[in-house]
Amino acid sequence: MSRVGLFLLQMLVGVVAIGIWHVGSSVPIGGVYFLPKFFFSTPADVAVRVWTLFAEGTAKIATCEEAIDLTRLLSISAPCFGKTVWQHLLITLTEGLLAFVIGAVAGVVIGFWLARHPLLSAVFDPYIKMLNALPRVVLAPIFLLWLGLGIWSKVALGFTLVFFIVFFNVYQGVKEVSPTILANARMLGLNERQLFRHVYWPSALSWMFSSLHTSVGFAIIGAVVGEYLGSAAGLGYMIQQAEGTFDTTGVFAGMVILAVFVLIIDWGVTLAEKRLLVWRPPSAAGQG
Amino acid sequence: MHERSAEGDATARYAGLAIRFHGVGIDFPVAGGRSYPAVSSTDLSVGAHEFVSVVGPTGCGKSTLLNVAAGLLASSTGRTFVFGSPLASLNRHAGYLFQQDAVMPWKTARDNVAIGLEVVGVPRREALERAQGWLKRVGLSAFHDRYPHQLSGGQRKRVGLAQVLIRDPKILLMDEPFGPLDAQTRQIMGNLLLDLWAGDRKAVLFVTHDLEEAIALSDRVVIMSAGPQARIIGDHAIDLGRPRDASEVRLAPRFHELHKTIWGQLRGEVLKAYGGEVA
Repeated sequence: MSRVGLFLLQMLVGVVAIGIWHVGSSVPIGGVYFLPKFFFSTPADVAVRVWTLFAEGTAKIATCEEAIDLTRLLSISAPCFGKTVWQHLLITLTEGLLAFVIGAVAGVVIGFWLARHPLLSAVFDPYIKMLNALPRVVLAPIFLLWLGLGIWSKVALGFTLVFFIVFFNVYQGVKEVSPTILANARMLGLNERQLFRHVYWPSALSWMFSSLHTSVGFAIIGAVVGEYLGSAAGLGYMIQQAEGTFDTTGVFAGMVILAVFVLIIDWGVTLAEKRLLVWRPPSAAGQG
Repeated sequence: MHERSAEGDATARYAGLAIRFHGVGIDFPVAGGRSYPAVSSTDLSVGAHEFVSVVGPTGCGKSTLLNVAAGLLASSTGRTFVFGSPLASLNRHAGYLFQQDAVMPWKTARDNVAIGLEVVGVPRREALERAQGWLKRVGLSAFHDRYPHQLSGGQRKRVGLAQVLIRDPKILLMDEPFGPLDAQTRQIMGNLLLDLWAGDRKAVLFVTHDLEEAIALSDRVVIMSAGPQARIIGDHAIDLGRPRDASEVRLAPRFHELHKTIWGQLRGEVLKAYGGEVA
């Protein structure tokens, strides 16, 4: 299948889905709308709303009298930038990024540590399984209580999701280093420190990177769910506000913005993965 | 006192030998607290410039013996001497070519070859230059920036060979290194090995189940019996001239005589190994 052909087919699926939505919500069949506007909005309304959100946000920033204060970009009372769609995006992105970076670093460090110390790992094993089995949503109110309505309660929620994915992958990566490669490296004169750098580390990183799509996705989910449950800004907040007033168009517009946003991030992850896992055989690295 | 003098004696006697197995036996623990006697009391010497092959049926403990010589595995009984010194940890004089792929998949061919120099403090630039030289000697100079998965099985073996030889070990341990390759590639690799070996004639302990390959390459062929409690049951000098061509030598009449004699001895063991499996 050529790239152009594939792209056309991908577009076709989208066009058909939107077509069905449009017909269902705007054309009465036998006097009945089978996708009533109140519950489903219409694609045109949603497109207009997305456009309006960005146009208004951009206009507000462009026509601003004051200079934008870069240190207050995340503050909802920031003049001009506050409460625009751009700020909501920036806040969700910041939360997701912080959750990913902190969660990944903690996961790598603790994953390595436990994998290299079997006794510690055996002692902590039931607790790690217990924490991982916990549905993270129930933690959100606790984090709100501890860390407030700002970004950190969302970062904490994303952290609990990212940490376990990275942790389990790094742990596995260190445990599953091929014994032959390890024996060979030792015969080539590598000491413990050099084994870490040349064998364990690349192996663990490759496992971590192979879960990059999942962990980045979960970082964003953590941010959005956290915002949804209690916040004053962000994409989750935008959607929650629209829901509160039965503004279906607003909800769908928020979802569309979120989806495109995640798609762009995922594309960035694919690029990063291609560079970082260049040594992987294609079958193991997925289609990315 | 007696112990100590006996050890000094051994050190002096074995100083000229690259490897000396002295009553080496290896037991593996199995389920139920029992142990499986893989190799029983084995004596074997490899001279400092000798190419010795160990041939035996599958599962006879040839590779186990190699791991003892490498210091990767401690023997249950007996001792191993390397140039006269008892082996206590990893064998620093030895380079080991494994049966399975052992090159690091996350490093390019050149980085894989250079690693042995880098870890002993050779500056990266120089290490890479020398690695490139070794890649050339194994016929891979154009493939220096390929990753292992982009190379064929034979090419990966060449990278492994260069990776081991760049450290200039005095002893080469080889565990069916060409086992996974096809027949033609095996012969090409055999000749490459002989060419490289002819330079400084390192001590080689070469494990294989392929008798023809063993005769074509070696100075001596040692036969191991079928396990458990495998032991050495034959030791044949190969008096074919050198330099040899690993594929052409197979046509020489003397090769056939040697093959016939050694196979006569090996055959029974191979059948025993299979018989054991059937029963």
